[in-house]
Amino acid sequence: MQTKRSTYQNRWLPFLLLAPQLAITLVFFIWPASQAVKSSFERTDAFGFKTTFVGLENYARILADPSYLNALGRTAIFSVSVTVLSMSLALLLAVCVNRVLRSAKFYTTLLVWPYAVAPVVAGVLWWFLFNPTIGLLPHLLDWFGISWNHRVSGTQAMILITIAAAWKQISYNFLFFLAGLQSVPQSLMEAAAIDGAGPFKRFWTIVLPLLSPTTFFLLIININYVMFDTFGVIDATTAGGPGQATMTLVYKVYTDGVAGLNIGSSSAQSVMLMGIVIILTFIQFRYVERRVNY
Amino acid sequence: MVERRPFLNILTHLVLIAGVLIVAFPVYVAFIASTHEPSAFVRGVLPLLPGDNMFASYRQMLSSGWQVGGTPPVWLMLGNSLIMALTIAIGKIAISIISAFAIVYFRFPFRMLAFWIIFITLMLPVEVRIIPTYAVVANLGMLNSYAGLTLPLIASATATFLFRQFFMTVPEELMEASRVDGAGPMKFFKDILLPVSITNIAALFVIMFIYGWVQYLWPLLVTTDEDFYTIVLGIKRLMASSDRVPAWNLIMATVTLAMLPPVLVVLFMQKLFVKGLTETEK
Repeated sequence: MQTKRSTYQNRWLPFLLLAPQLAITLVFFIWPASQAVKSSFERTDAFGFKTTFVGLENYARILADPSYLNALGRTAIFSVSVTVLSMSLALLLAVCVNRVLRSAKFYTTLLVWPYAVAPVVAGVLWWFLFNPTIGLLPHLLDWFGISWNHRVSGTQAMILITIAAAWKQISYNFLFFLAGLQSVPQSLMEAAAIDGAGPFKRFWTIVLPLLSPTTFFLLIININYVMFDTFGVIDATTAGGPGQATMTLVYKVYTDGVAGLNIGSSSAQSVMLMGIVIILTFIQFRYVERRVNY
Repeated sequence: MVERRPFLNILTHLVLIAGVLIVAFPVYVAFIASTHEPSAFVRGVLPLLPGDNMFASYRQMLSSGWQVGGTPPVWLMLGNSLIMALTIAIGKIAISIISAFAIVYFRFPFRMLAFWIIFITLMLPVEVRIIPTYAVVANLGMLNSYAGLTLPLIASATATFLFRQFFMTVPEELMEASRVDGAGPMKFFKDILLPVSITNIAALFVIMFIYGWVQYLWPLLVTTDEDFYTIVLGIKRLMASSDRVPAWNLIMATVTLAMLPPVLVVLFMQKLFVKGLTETEK
């Protein structure tokens, strides 16, 4: 890893400068994470008196636990639907904004602000719209003969959290797609137009392939977002219900650990999640264009 | 534009207008709900046009709060959110910029180790280490305090990387010239490096402020004393009591007030916001 050509010579100063960051990292990140790893191999008895080393038993148990496998499946469905929904809407909007020249900035301003809305608040907003008693959308759906009650129907609950989580993420995806579109060389588009390719053909054969690095990057970021940042959305709308239909991995760590106080199982689940983040981070740094070089 | 396509242009605008409306719709409905009397919600469907109870709802929430909902006045929660967001944003920037300075401008033993320790924080979001981190904070006696709310969220690998990368692009000559003039490292940092980093600092500040403002899981764990409730957490507490007394106008007034500060930051500092977002990438 590089430094400047010439550097300062000082024995203590660099350590002093790094001290706050390292202290916080060690105390609040590395120590707790190592504790999670440690207690994932242990079992504590019901009264908290005795802790015994049990090896991989906690892992074996959660992997055999239908409710954990259910959460794994739900998380997969949730991730894929939010990612597809928010990325496709964002791409559509970005393509449109990229076409209008004069009002592009105006539309951008009106599309980016949901980034600043907290996930819990996004959950509350959509929960309110879909509220079976007073919500607007259930009344609308009633005309089409659909009876909406996400407190009863697991599918509807999943649709609700998907919409709320995707709504908040559109602005982020939109900005990155727009930046990607603006870097497509105009000369390519003109050359294709002269060769007789219409707007849709140009989009499929030129723009979309050139956007693939952006798309891949967003794919990773979105999966990361859905897995870890949607706790608030779920807690505000369905709290994992009905009947665990919207129980994601992170929400399960929380309910098992905080509400259920099952430390061993919760730690094993945490460690599994860490594994997922490590894989995602690795993919992001290894395959996504390297913007951070070290 | 490559060629003239009047029909496609109209379609483009229609799609965009539809998009803007869909994005804004939930917030509009929430705002409308906050302007009505509580009785408006008994009839069934939500009204779509503003009522005349707006000032009363907001005044009540800001000044006295809502006793049944069990939350303190909104201004107090807004204040807590502001303290939390500012501390996190300033703290992250401060500790990251000095660590990046150390990593780029000094050669010292264990430099790589320090870098990797910082890098690891990327892989350990709060969500995966909830209980042990809570235990650490509890042992340090920081539950229900601003330190407990903010310190565990302040370490930042992304900010350190961003500053590191920016420092690598700062011309070598600046440092050499300052050294010839007899300035030591801290003087160079304060008088030259900080001023040239100001745009990056501002962009990062916008992103980190929002990050701090929207935190939910962490405040939920470490605050049980309502004096330390943040506004985002307060909303959840209000929701919990909505089954008993559905005062939607008050809840939605709080929701509107909770969204306002970070949304205004994005709208008024859009340029910095976009820069911060695209450079930190997450």
